[in-house]
Amino acid sequence: MIEADGVGRTFTVRRRVVHAVRDLSFRVAAGEFVACLGPNGAGKSTTIKMLTGILTPTSGRIRVAGLDPSRRRTALARRIGVVFGQRTTLWWDLPLRDSLELVRLLYKVDRKVFRERLDEMCDLLDLGGFLATPVRQLSLGQRMRGDITAALLHDPAVLVLDEPTIGLDVVSKAEVRDFLRRLNAERGTTVLLTTHDLGDVERLCRRVLLIDHGRLALDGTLDDLRATAPGVTSIEEVVAGLYLRSRTTPRTPPPAPRPAPDGPSGRA
Amino acid sequence: MIRTYALLAWTWTRAAAQYPLSFALMTAGGLVVGGLDIAVIWVIFANTDALAGFGLTEVMFLYGASQLAFALADMLFGNVDRISQHIGAGTLDVMLIRPVSPFVQVAADRFTPHRIGRSIQAGAVLAVGLTRLDVPLGRVWMVPVMVVSGIVIFTALFTLGGALQFLLTAAPEVANAFTYGGATLTQYPLSVYDTRVVRGLTFVLPLAFVNWQPGLYVLGRPDPLGLPSWTGLLSPAAALTLAAVAALAWRAGIRRYRSTGS
Amino acid sequence: MILGHGAAVSLYPRLAWYGFRRHATYWAAALAGAFTNTVFGVLRAYVLIALWQARPGLGGYDVAGAVTFTFLTQAFIGPMQLFGGGLDLPQRIRTGDVALDLVRPASLQLWCLSEDLGRAAYLFVVRGGPPTLVGALLFGIVAPHAPAAFLLSVALGVVVSFGWRYIVALATCWVMDDRGLGVLSMVLTTFFSGLMLPLAIFPGWFGELARALPWSAMAQVPADVYLGTADPARALAFQALWAAVLLALGALMTGAARRKVVIQGG
Ligand SMILES: Nc1ncnc2c1ncn2[C@@H]1O[C@H](COP(=O)(O)OP(=O)(O)OP(=O)(O)O)[C@@H](O)[C@H]1O
Ligand SMILES: [Mg+2]
Repeated sequence: MIEADGVGRTFTVRRRVVHAVRDLSFRVAAGEFVACLGPNGAGKSTTIKMLTGILTPTSGRIRVAGLDPSRRRTALARRIGVVFGQRTTLWWDLPLRDSLELVRLLYKVDRKVFRERLDEMCDLLDLGGFLATPVRQLSLGQRMRGDITAALLHDPAVLVLDEPTIGLDVVSKAEVRDFLRRLNAERGTTVLLTTHDLGDVERLCRRVLLIDHGRLALDGTLDDLRATAPGVTSIEEVVAGLYLRSRTTPRTPPPAPRPAPDGPSGRA
Repeated sequence: MIRTYALLAWTWTRAAAQYPLSFALMTAGGLVVGGLDIAVIWVIFANTDALAGFGLTEVMFLYGASQLAFALADMLFGNVDRISQHIGAGTLDVMLIRPVSPFVQVAADRFTPHRIGRSIQAGAVLAVGLTRLDVPLGRVWMVPVMVVSGIVIFTALFTLGGALQFLLTAAPEVANAFTYGGATLTQYPLSVYDTRVVRGLTFVLPLAFVNWQPGLYVLGRPDPLGLPSWTGLLSPAAALTLAAVAALAWRAGIRRYRSTGS
Repeated sequence: MILGHGAAVSLYPRLAWYGFRRHATYWAAALAGAFTNTVFGVLRAYVLIALWQARPGLGGYDVAGAVTFTFLTQAFIGPMQLFGGGLDLPQRIRTGDVALDLVRPASLQLWCLSEDLGRAAYLFVVRGGPPTLVGALLFGIVAPHAPAAFLLSVALGVVVSFGWRYIVALATCWVMDDRGLGVLSMVLTTFFSGLMLPLAIFPGWFGELARALPWSAMAQVPADVYLGTADPARALAFQALWAAVLLALGALMTGAARRKVVIQGG
């Protein structure tokens, strides 16, 4: 469903070249639920933006749902749903219902299908109470539920989420997680999310991609992740250990398969 | 694409309709700002009978044609020059994940119908100028053609200005020199400018095809540069050429887009 | 903020310096503005040249004078903020932060004026220089008639401009829709300052009126002092008079705003 081969992306910041992502290769099959982990500035958001066609990669090849995201962006948009935890895809000034209606029009979703799906989402995510509220007045948790609804109205095969649980309280978090788990289990939607909340990973994902300094540092199950630090029981500590190690040895993250080219490698 | 644009524009019109007072004030404000240009023309012709060889009615005709085209282009696509705000706020990311061209989304975002006031005003000046001119029927058909070509040319300028902002994120105002500058430039007969400037406006940045060349054709006047009278008929071709260049620049801009770092 | 004795003496120059520095960080935007002002200056110059070729000597200027007038007034757009804006006040009124400003033991009006003078000084150089230079290179502009009087006239023009913009900004306390007010102010300023056409060629009583209004002190009068088409002493007195009137009006409004915002609680 998602294929990345040797993907890289550089940014030139004040004449300095920053390698946000380099030589990243992985595959995600249909129906998988994958979490993308990594310290701040590791390149997770950049990867997500390349997978969704927002950024054009500077090297490598990407296929999502069989399409090259940067060349077939609009076609891809009909097959994937995207949620940004840090920013809304809804219109600030419009009530949530109008925002969703606009999304329906943009994605050309049939009115009847839209009604059914909205009812279903209202049920699952408890939207009913704030459909008439302008988006700018929604709380973060309400807005996130609105955003997830908007991303799923056209029933995409893939759902990509960048930090969907950021800033949510315990109850909202549990609701969102539960919803995503059911979406993946019942509808078979492929889900790829980034997060800093290891609770998300423990409760949702069978597979973890660990990104460090723009490279894939680990691709495996939670148990593989645990195996990097034998004897440590809490997953938080395992990951903290990995992140700290990446800070002290910025140029050659431990499990990286090949030597790093020279040049500054971002911040960790 | 047109359907999507219309749907988005309609949504924003409905949102604006919830504040009728604000809507009325903005419409009035637009009319007054447009009225200023007309006041300037009035003061100029209070002092002289002819400006660079053109009388008041002819200037009204030229002014009305270009400003009608500009006002319509501005109402429909003028928001494209706010692309730098969308880049800065990250809303362009959101537009890029939707199955609709970001150009249509940016153009229709916060569509403001009150700008129709400017178009009506310019249309009125054009109509008054035309009725006082007695243009023969055999040439009057060129008037709608030139207005439509003008809309395309100004839209292309807005698009080029938007594309430029992918490079100049810190100084998006530079684009105004081309868009609003183009509108100001075509208010008066191009014979007021140096012939080198007019040549540039004919062969490089085809602003002469908004109202000058086709206007000369409608008025039946010879071109001071000596170009044949059918040059004015080339307006649609010039407009489409510029539109193609603008479309390429826009695509290059989107491909170069680097999003924001958070 | 509590000010000790003598602090007030250095407070306002320091504020002006802060205003200068703050605008210096937006140098790219300032240069972009200068570029746009220059382009429009060139367009306006051609129209005025055509007009002066048809009517040589119109309004007491020759062609070179008319061209100089055009580029000078374009150069004034930034420092005199002829399209409006330049103050943080409307924003602070909308957010309610103005209540904090009004209870400071320093005059809000002087505070804003100092910052605005700093802003104007920066923009006078960065946004005023390029149009004048390009005008000189492309068309040739005449040398200043009385440089010292001109600089003084520019400074007074900034004060008049500030006086007016301060009043417009404070009016936001009472008027609901400040955007309408902004458009109104912009229309009055651009047209009656002489930015669009020299006020000297406005016909009849309309011209008399336009030349007597405060907006003429922001562009027409300094340009006339530069060109020597106005008696410097009279011109400066005219500007000083309007500056005093507008500042006094602004002070009255500040008092009213303080009563409204601080005592009535908004
Ligand atoms: N638009 C941009 N321009 C310049 N540099 C960028 C841009 N976007 C990202 N970067 C740089 O690329 C690197 C990766 O950033 P990215 O946002 O992908 O990290 P992330 O893994 O999402 O981090 P976080 O967990 O903090 O969200 C960082 O060093 C960042 O500074
Ligand atoms: Mg991120």
